[in-house]
Amino acid sequence: MTIALSTPASRRLVRFDMSWPILAIVAAVLVVLIVLPMSWLVYFSLTDRTGALTLDNFIQLATDPVFLEPLGTTLLLAASSAAICCAVAAPIGWLVARTDMPLRRFVRALVTASFVTPPFLGAIAWELLAAPNSGLLNKIFRAVTGAPQDEYLFNIYSLGGLIFVISCYTFPYVFVLLANALDRIPGDLEDASSILGGSAWTTARRVTIPLAMPALIAGALVAFLQAMTLFGSPAILAIPAGFHTMTTKIWSLFQYPPKLQLAAAASMPLLLLTIVLVRGESFVLGRRGYAVVGGRQGDPRLVALGAGRWVALAVVLAVLCCPVFLPYGALLNAAFAPVASQFVTPATATLHNITFAFFEVSATSLAFKNTMILCSLAATIGTVLTVVIAYVTTRRAIAGWRALEFLATAPVAVPGIVLGVGLFLSYTRPPFVLYGTLWILLVAFVTIAMPAAYQQLQSAFRVVHTDLEEASRILGATRMRTLWRITTPLLRTSVIATWCFIFVGVIRELSAAVILFTSETKVISVLIFDLNESGDLGAIAVLGLIMLIITFTVVVTINRLPGFGGNVRLRNN
Amino acid sequence: MTKSTLSRRKLLESSAAAAGAALFAAPLRAQAPAAGAVTPELIAAARKEGKVAFYSAMDLPVSEKLAKAFEAKYSGIAVRVERSGSERIFQRVAQEMASNIHACDVINSADAAHFIAFKREGWLAPYLSDEMAQHFPAQYRDPDGLFVTTRVWLCSLGYNAELVKAEEAPRSFADLLDPKWAGKMVKAHPAYSGTIMTATFQIVRELGWGYFEKLATQRVMQVQSATDPPKKLALGERAVMADGNDYNLLQLMDQGRQVRPIYPTEGTPTITGPSGIFASAPNPNAARLFQAWLHSREGQQVLVDFTGQHSVHAQVTDKPSHKKLSEIKLMKDDPAGVEKMSDEIKARYQKLFRV
Repeated sequence: MTIALSTPASRRLVRFDMSWPILAIVAAVLVVLIVLPMSWLVYFSLTDRTGALTLDNFIQLATDPVFLEPLGTTLLLAASSAAICCAVAAPIGWLVARTDMPLRRFVRALVTASFVTPPFLGAIAWELLAAPNSGLLNKIFRAVTGAPQDEYLFNIYSLGGLIFVISCYTFPYVFVLLANALDRIPGDLEDASSILGGSAWTTARRVTIPLAMPALIAGALVAFLQAMTLFGSPAILAIPAGFHTMTTKIWSLFQYPPKLQLAAAASMPLLLLTIVLVRGESFVLGRRGYAVVGGRQGDPRLVALGAGRWVALAVVLAVLCCPVFLPYGALLNAAFAPVASQFVTPATATLHNITFAFFEVSATSLAFKNTMILCSLAATIGTVLTVVIAYVTTRRAIAGWRALEFLATAPVAVPGIVLGVGLFLSYTRPPFVLYGTLWILLVAFVTIAMPAAYQQLQSAFRVVHTDLEEASRILGATRMRTLWRITTPLLRTSVIATWCFIFVGVIRELSAAVILFTSETKVISVLIFDLNESGDLGAIAVLGLIMLIITFTVVVTINRLPGFGGNVRLRNN
Repeated sequence: MTKSTLSRRKLLESSAAAAGAALFAAPLRAQAPAAGAVTPELIAAARKEGKVAFYSAMDLPVSEKLAKAFEAKYSGIAVRVERSGSERIFQRVAQEMASNIHACDVINSADAAHFIAFKREGWLAPYLSDEMAQHFPAQYRDPDGLFVTTRVWLCSLGYNAELVKAEEAPRSFADLLDPKWAGKMVKAHPAYSGTIMTATFQIVRELGWGYFEKLATQRVMQVQSATDPPKKLALGERAVMADGNDYNLLQLMDQGRQVRPIYPTEGTPTITGPSGIFASAPNPNAARLFQAWLHSREGQQVLVDFTGQHSVHAQVTDKPSHKKLSEIKLMKDDPAGVEKMSDEIKARYQKLFRV
């Protein structure tokens, strides 16, 4: 309370404002979304099967190598992935945003493509490419070198393989945050540095890098958390390799008979770690001001790379083979091949997989319908919710904004599968019986999408200076009117990006859905996961490609809607 | 373990519905239901319901094939297949029942032990068609008419004939422990697959845990469903399959793939997959009609012809191209034994194979 009152923005709240009831509702929604399931989790982690209080779950967790090993693996996995993501995303982001490298828009589109590719689909595609014996790349390797049958170049069923695949589909998180930040850094700041005699390196070191650093740190954080809580890729690649990560371990605890208490306890290290990281992030970034989008702004200045620009493009495209060209090619091959591990030729091409996926698998049309309903609803509700929350927290508009921020970021610490169980425990009994309906999935998806959506919008809010909002408030507009008339239009592209972001986040969500679905409420991701369990790779390839086509259609359509700006890049014209 | 969890859940629920189900189920156990014919009234009532949900542990193409054959015969009744590994199906059904969600009409499992639990919970409704009564031997029917054995198949070994010469292929479980197969085998998991749970029980009974302790050091690729190892062989991803459905291998062979089953010299685990109707079935008439058709000569012959599994229906003939069950040394099926040991198997298996 005292913190909020000490900022100038809060003093105006003395007057009655529609924002209060709206904010109260948002807070209530967050409590239902997050506090309720989390309370159940904490309760379960501290009880035994009879419901008596105990610390046994945590003692077992801390002493049993069955849990310690997956925890170590998970941390290694998350740290390696985050490091790789930053190492890859930072140069590509800089090249795309600040240099004259050719085909920059195309490169952005490719990164977007890897971003919207469901990680589990990428993992399955990489199985097709780099399984030691049947993988297409290993086959090419043996054909070229004449190596014997049991030699291979890549083994995707390994920790290294898993880290690689996770990084492929996590680096776009870092890229998006970083490239957007670099886009927004006005050229006049760099010009000022040059005019004052700063060399290119000095300008980079003293101006560009510090301004981009918050985005890079935020990106590393998001990548770490993403890699840590991912379920699908480890389930597909780690289990055949004979090891568990924390998420697959937790999942295995739900096998019949379920050990919910242990599962709840096993999610606590992930939760605590995330809280530490989120706090760490605000500690690093908290004291600096990064408001660079004001009323006036110069265009960013592009660095001329000369002949090197083609080299840069070649390297970037080679890197993007890993998340995009190769896996998509493998899926396309598998969709038409009689056996997924063989190269399809015009003579062997078959439509069998397509017929099977659409006309024989009876769950397909229902799953598509459910998925579309859930994606649209979750994206719309989630965007509205996160805009309001991000606004409140970056402007510190009400007392208790820190609690809102915590609630909005907390779900990132809960693996989807654990959240799924929390929701399962919360909503299978009166007064809220939601299990068996699409509502419980909607609640799960909005909750899961919120932290990342919030991070994205909050980064965007941070760089919009309050002077425009203050002007609006001085002229008599309420806080909500200001938010919708001034701030939201300024952030239009970020808001659209968030909607798309949630949509594609939901279409590929697997971990909570795997717990919460019933036969009536199956979604595509679960259908694909089931198909993978029984090894029907051809049908997976078909459904996966359709899923990608839908995703791309949505992203492209939204970006082209009249009035929506037409360009996700935030530029001040 | 299974029992205690379920009864605890029931206590928590303390709902009249659960108590009611138990009461109603009790008198029915006294004698098997009278056999019923597939009457025009049943068909009309089923058409009125218009759909049936079939929770199935059979390989998806097999389940869908049966569904399409049924739909072709009884137009206007859509079959929706919910296919997953038996252990996951059990988990799902238990979750749904505990939340009073009644979505399942007919259930099929690869773990016959599950039906002991289903029966104990009072989840199943008695139903016996004329054909089941006439042509299914009594040992393949529940005495109270709650379930019937839909199919019999084997959990065999197998190899990819492009990667392994026939004369070099393993012939027994013991052969798999040869270091030359290290890193070249694939197997499925008893915590996901009912077939593998049943097979693991039989192998442990015949060969002891020592076999699995040694197998676990062979760097075996671990997949989930028993339908997957045959497909991994067909892909060429691994040369030898340490367990999995023989019928998937036979199907793949029929499609011209270079995979072969091996029936090990120690004996091959026998799997029986029963089906039953849920007492809370949302489409009870369609459920009966489907159950009757699935166990009719026609339905059973589709199953046998399409998949190379075996039927206990007296009039159904095995596929001539495939080996007869009588020519194979079998390990004996024991659902009650599996039920008692399933938690121990899951726990020990996980210790050995680390997943």
